[in-house]
Amino acid sequence: MTSSTPLLVRALKKSPWVFHVGTSGCNNCDIEIADCLTPRFDVERFGIKLVGSPRHADVMLITGPVSQACREPLQQAWLEMPRPRAAVMIGACACSMGAYKDAYSVAGPPDKVLLEVDPDAKYIYVPGCPPKPETIVMGVVKLLGAL
Amino acid sequence: MSSPTSSPAPTERRVVQIGPFHPLLEEPVGFSLGVEGETVVDVDARMDYIHKGIEILAQQRTYDMLPILLERICGICSVTHSVCFCNAAEDLLQVEIPPRASYIRTIIAELERVHSHLLWVGLAGHFIGYNTVFMWAWKYREPVCDVFEMLTGHRQNSALPMVGGVRRDIPEKYFDEARKTLDMVDGKVQMLTDAVLDDPVLAARLKGVGVLTPEEVMAWGVVGPTARASGVDTDVRRDEPYAAYAELDWDVCTTPNGDVFDKAVVRLLELKESIKILRQCFDNMPSGDLNLGTLHMPRGEGIGRYEAPRGEDIHYLRSNGTNMPERLKVRAPSYTNIASFKASCIGEKISDVTITLAACDPCYSCTERAAVVRGDGDQPERTFGDLVRLSQAETRRLASEMGRLPDLQLK
Repeated sequence: MTSSTPLLVRALKKSPWVFHVGTSGCNNCDIEIADCLTPRFDVERFGIKLVGSPRHADVMLITGPVSQACREPLQQAWLEMPRPRAAVMIGACACSMGAYKDAYSVAGPPDKVLLEVDPDAKYIYVPGCPPKPETIVMGVVKLLGAL
Repeated sequence: MSSPTSSPAPTERRVVQIGPFHPLLEEPVGFSLGVEGETVVDVDARMDYIHKGIEILAQQRTYDMLPILLERICGICSVTHSVCFCNAAEDLLQVEIPPRASYIRTIIAELERVHSHLLWVGLAGHFIGYNTVFMWAWKYREPVCDVFEMLTGHRQNSALPMVGGVRRDIPEKYFDEARKTLDMVDGKVQMLTDAVLDDPVLAARLKGVGVLTPEEVMAWGVVGPTARASGVDTDVRRDEPYAAYAELDWDVCTTPNGDVFDKAVVRLLELKESIKILRQCFDNMPSGDLNLGTLHMPRGEGIGRYEAPRGEDIHYLRSNGTNMPERLKVRAPSYTNIASFKASCIGEKISDVTITLAACDPCYSCTERAAVVRGDGDQPERTFGDLVRLSQAETRRLASEMGRLPDLQLK
């Protein structure tokens, strides 16, 4: 995060906009992310907003192992995000490939795929299969604290 | 059309690309819509983004590990795939599971249907810009997930089903709490149903949109609520009962028109039936064994059918007598439902396509059982003929390795 100024980082912490990328997970984590937006958890209270384009986003939420078909679209979406940017790897598959460790069609865990195009990529892991919405919210908060 | 900035003539054909990462899609999938002006004339889907090769992984897992892997085929249908596999294995073994196990399977299956249908109702509201319904439906989905967690220890992936029964018991001390939650959800479902049926805007927006006629349902092999919304009376729970459905009192809901409005109504009616089934299960829970213990899997093949929230799920299992399957084939309901987009989307306005695509509750991670490997050009390396030849060669290889199957009989 060399090109980011302290002001930008402070602004990001106040209202991180997130973009959700499901890279071939089983969509359970994706549902739990959507759950975070609904009344019980309602992360919009904290200024966390799900946006429709990586160009508008500060934080990328990645779920699932990266299939070979998703590898390039994921890298492209990551490079489109403005700096400072960070990623949250949500779920066992995104952290460590989970049940799909031996699958033939999977290119790798998302952290390795991101590091191929951006060695400075900042990310954290939220383990669980799927992690509960509370865990996801806590993960994003910890990420903001670490920036 | 003299200058490049002038708008295209309304009859000119353009291609609109949706995906793979799109805010309206939970999962990566690519749709190409061929449009002439505002009217959609062609639809095509690229469906290999989520292919993970679970069928191959399944051949490297023992029968005891498989239900847990198969729960990960799809996050919302996790009970679906594990119980469907167990149905296939029990069909192969020709065994009956203990009554308590069948009731437990029914409870987790119906809880899953309730939270899945509520999820769909919310997403459908979101897709047409009716975010109040989205927030309501998902708010009342949370207590259902809580009941699931109370009974099984997890919000979705229960890991309960196993071949020959269920792995663990569910605690009866939480049944009262579960009944109270169901009463609350029942009232809210009634509120949502009334809101949908009475709302003139929803009727104007959804009636007559994305119609599937009963003939198209039969031609495309559409299953589940999408077929029942067109008046096709089909439900595996009644037609070929598994678990405890044959002993319970419930109805198959159908609606006549086949448009998006009816697809919403049929799901809301099914929610009421699911809650009715759940109440009966809590009241009549039998006692006894949970599973049949360790079972030896003989050579042979079995077919499991299961009514998933999205329609009929089929698992084909072939065993060679070892502790891992020779072949496990999954045909998820969305596979046929997604193909019916060719019938339901063409001729619609582009603004109606999103809700039409969503109306069959497509689940791409259930569906993507095959990947097309692309070559240097844009053409797929494998044509359909190649795939048929490969498939036949694989069958011949298996047949020569396994020899004939003496206990194989068509039922």
